[in-house]
Amino acid sequence: MNIEDIKRSENKVYSRPELLNDSPMHYCPGCSHGVVHKLVAEVIKEMDQENNSIGVAPVGCAVFAYKYIDIDWIEAAHGRAPAVATGAKRLNPNRLVFTYQGDGDLAAIGTAETIHAANRGENIAIIFINNAIYGMTGGQMAPTTLEGQKTATTPYGRRIDLNGYPLKISDLLARLEGTCYVTRQTVHNPASVRKAKAAIRKAFENSLNRKGTSVVEVVSTCSSGWKMTPEKANEWMVENMLPFYPLGDLKNTAE
Amino acid sequence: MAKVIGAVDISRERCKGCNLCVVACPTDVLALQAKEVNDRGYHFAYVNDPDKCIGCASCALVCPDACIEVYRVVEK
Repeated sequence: MNIEDIKRSENKVYSRPELLNDSPMHYCPGCSHGVVHKLVAEVIKEMDQENNSIGVAPVGCAVFAYKYIDIDWIEAAHGRAPAVATGAKRLNPNRLVFTYQGDGDLAAIGTAETIHAANRGENIAIIFINNAIYGMTGGQMAPTTLEGQKTATTPYGRRIDLNGYPLKISDLLARLEGTCYVTRQTVHNPASVRKAKAAIRKAFENSLNRKGTSVVEVVSTCSSGWKMTPEKANEWMVENMLPFYPLGDLKNTAE
Repeated sequence: MAKVIGAVDISRERCKGCNLCVVACPTDVLALQAKEVNDRGYHFAYVNDPDKCIGCASCALVCPDACIEVYRVVEK
């Protein structure tokens, strides 16, 4: 069988998600954001919600999320995505409303909005990309930076006595009554990408069915901020991030 | 025994040469161009050994820029 016979549309098993448009993404090579964008686009299409979804874009690397996925988007002020999503969901209770935030947006400047939206049990899904660094501004220390991790503002590594402890915000959110589903995933290999997709789907269904707040934390890499190749960054993440941010469901009361 | 044959299409201009697909491929089909670059200056990924492809889509799943399309045929 020659290559032209294989490359026929009926044999296609994986193609670019329809909802991802043609504009090239501004992310660095190997950035986890691209994979999560792809999963969001795939899940919304599979759920047939492309005309019924509202995404709330953050400030951070994912600030241009609205440029890449062809659904309705709102750009929120820095950290205020859960508050904006609250308004969107309360006025449009039948819509799928989700926020897409990084750790600087969700766990630093937007901590109050995040915790209170989750505590009120707003029927939104929160996708939280945790790469333990402020990627967009040049790799400064974030609340989620690991102990000893070198960043632009902690060149000798994060010190607990000076900088405090890394923040496990998903564990905090899982303790609140308002959340129905809190999970921690990653996208560093094909198996984990499939699991993350299932988690995003569950979170989106919870938003549609008004079960409460769902949080999908995606432990991610920032190869530019960490100053590694994408491949090395994945290895570093598995060795250092995953022991501190263990994967799996932290809470699931939606079923 | 049924034989699975696969093929992948990689968008040369969309690829940023991150190498994640090369690492994810279980049968070492893909490689990065050593010298050639695309319009944006990246050493893009290409199909180095097409006969080994099993169409598992691992490369496409991990590709952050969604530039890989996968085909699969099961030959009986």
